[in-house]
Amino acid sequence: MAQKVLVAMSGGVDSSVAALLLKEQGYDVVGAHMKLWDFVDVGGDIYKDGRCCTIDSITDCRMVCDSIEAPFYVLNMSREFRNTVIDNFVSEYNVGRTPNPCVKCNSDVKWNEFLRKAQELGCDYMATGHYAIIEKNGNGRWHIRKGVDGTRDQSYVLWGVSQEALSKTMMPLGELKKTEVRRIAQKYKLRTADKAESREICFVTDNNYRRFLDDWNEKRGIAFQPGEIVHANGAVLGRHNGIAHFTIGQRKGLGISHPTPLYVQEIDDKNNRVVVGDNDTLYTSEFEAHQINWIGGSPDSGVFEADIKIRYLHKPSSGQVTLLTDNRVRVEFFEKQRAITAGQSVVFYEGDTVLGGGIIA
Amino acid sequence: MEQIYLDHNATTPVEPEVVEVMLPYLGESFGNASSVHSFGRDAKVALENSREQIAAFINCEPAELYFTSGGTESDNIAVLGSAYQLKSRKNHLIVGATEHHAVFEPAEHLHEKENWSLDKLPVDSEGFSSADELKRLITDKTAIVSVMLANNETGTIQDVEALADAAKSKGVLFHTDAVQAVGKIPVDVKKLKIDMLSLTAHKIYGPKGIGALFIRQGLKISPLFYGGSHEKKRRPGTENVAGAVGFAKALEIAGRRMNEDHNKLAELSDYFIEKVIGTIPDVALNGPRTKRIPQTVNLSFVGIEGESILLSLDLEGIACSSGSACTSGSTEPSHVMTAMGKPKIAAQGAIRFSMGRSTTKKQLDYVLDKLPPIIERLRSMSPVYERT
Repeated sequence: MAQKVLVAMSGGVDSSVAALLLKEQGYDVVGAHMKLWDFVDVGGDIYKDGRCCTIDSITDCRMVCDSIEAPFYVLNMSREFRNTVIDNFVSEYNVGRTPNPCVKCNSDVKWNEFLRKAQELGCDYMATGHYAIIEKNGNGRWHIRKGVDGTRDQSYVLWGVSQEALSKTMMPLGELKKTEVRRIAQKYKLRTADKAESREICFVTDNNYRRFLDDWNEKRGIAFQPGEIVHANGAVLGRHNGIAHFTIGQRKGLGISHPTPLYVQEIDDKNNRVVVGDNDTLYTSEFEAHQINWIGGSPDSGVFEADIKIRYLHKPSSGQVTLLTDNRVRVEFFEKQRAITAGQSVVFYEGDTVLGGGIIA
Repeated sequence: MEQIYLDHNATTPVEPEVVEVMLPYLGESFGNASSVHSFGRDAKVALENSREQIAAFINCEPAELYFTSGGTESDNIAVLGSAYQLKSRKNHLIVGATEHHAVFEPAEHLHEKENWSLDKLPVDSEGFSSADELKRLITDKTAIVSVMLANNETGTIQDVEALADAAKSKGVLFHTDAVQAVGKIPVDVKKLKIDMLSLTAHKIYGPKGIGALFIRQGLKISPLFYGGSHEKKRRPGTENVAGAVGFAKALEIAGRRMNEDHNKLAELSDYFIEKVIGTIPDVALNGPRTKRIPQTVNLSFVGIEGESILLSLDLEGIACSSGSACTSGSTEPSHVMTAMGKPKIAAQGAIRFSMGRSTTKKQLDYVLDKLPPIIERLRSMSPVYERT
């Protein structure tokens, strides 16, 4: 009997093609859309756009599944998503860090609840439309490699996925380029073939995360504490309306006039201050990271070199990694990098292979 | 793969005999029932004949029966229409704690957006409400009480006559959503002494998109739609003649078969309940064993989510439901289970099998074969299930 796969479908072209390819390969495909949030909770206009979790996207998934003759279900995971991803997103911003909710969603929802659902439904695997490659290495462990399409590679957001989860996951798009994926979708006349893609945070429906944070906190009776904006040289330059509104490297929206451009350099949660400085001072080379997960197994050596990526659109740069206790590491770039940001993920690569990752402390 | 349909409370297949009588009104007799010419007259006559038949079925006058698009619309007209009519004097309404969303949501709309106070009439562990309790909730500001006749999730048949009597004794309007009852058990609006009753065709082997609302003669109700004098201005819109004709036929068949269907379904559901409870541990029937629409079998499988059972059964070709079709897809326990005081761990694992005319013992045996391993698999993965 064919092996059964539960495919996570967002309503976009990528996951549609992932489902199609698996079907073509002879798997018994079941499609499922994770309903992660509701407009009632996150705000925004239910009629406005076609991103995931909207009725229109669910309809797209449903029609694609029908065209490839796969059953389709909507799985409501909004409670888990709210309690893990959204709550973490807000509480991190509230203390001046800049979280990556996709990383959190992958480890806590997709490769947790969704995988559990797949197993409950008697599926042998789950699959996603990520541009990344999962493979088993000589040492018997599962590895993640960068997707072939360098412009779409999503290996960065997958560092938190466990070995157990990887052993039950398929990513059929890893070896494909986005243009090929579109071509396949067009060839098979999938209704999502020409759908625009969204790379913004899914639950921030208007792409205005400050508005989101304001609304979410206000509904829960949490008020931002105004405080000082100070220059790195100690001079007080102005006031801010809450540190949650700032991120490292930010230039716009500081609300202060100054002869030279100023950038957020540090968010000081303890003193409720935002520290600003020149662009030059944003460049640093050292930081620590925690919650480290080594995908390919713990490194052989306590000190090693790697290519290091510190945000989704950062071009990896090489540096030295030193293992510390408690799943922590110290990282030292060989060349200074701009705006190393607490709360973002750091991912270590050796060539195209993800060694592991963690959260910048 | 074999396909077995056990979701007749969601909807039913249209009887071929019903399709047959509808066809002329989709074809040569296509007229608009409001037109003055011969085409219109033909349509109008068919519409009024249907109205007469349906009215007779629930023992009301044809003039008291208004066609709508279905149960949801009938419920909305009853709840909102009577509230808007009485709003200068009244600002309170009472609905049953296990109502369908078609009653709940208009009631909550009045509560949240229009400053009405809202009480929910509690139910006991089997879904029954008490007339004394209803009397206690009624105030001189109460406009309307709405309590359903047969529950869609559990099949519980409410003592609507006693509840309507309690409302009437306090001078309050009484509406009942009888969508799951009409055609399955005898329903007589005069005997029930109610003011309004919702009914629909597609639950009883009629077409979707046609329902009706009984409004007692002389009762004033504000319309929700404007735009013509159809249905005496209470529900303007070009009449669904083919639907009405099909609805009447479906009821005629239901009337003819009522005893036969009832006995067969009671026998099948007894068989099914006993087999499931006999072969799978930690299962409970939700709702009463008797005083229930027999085709509805709602079972709780402790320690697992109904949704997972539902999807696993679907992958085996077995169609059933967790909660009502309108709330499926949510992992929250249904409000009906919660109102009946079911613990969350049991409420989440509630699954509704609803049988119908085409259901056979052989089909149930197929389900009885597929169900135990599914429950076993889900429980083996459940973080909350403890083997007893």
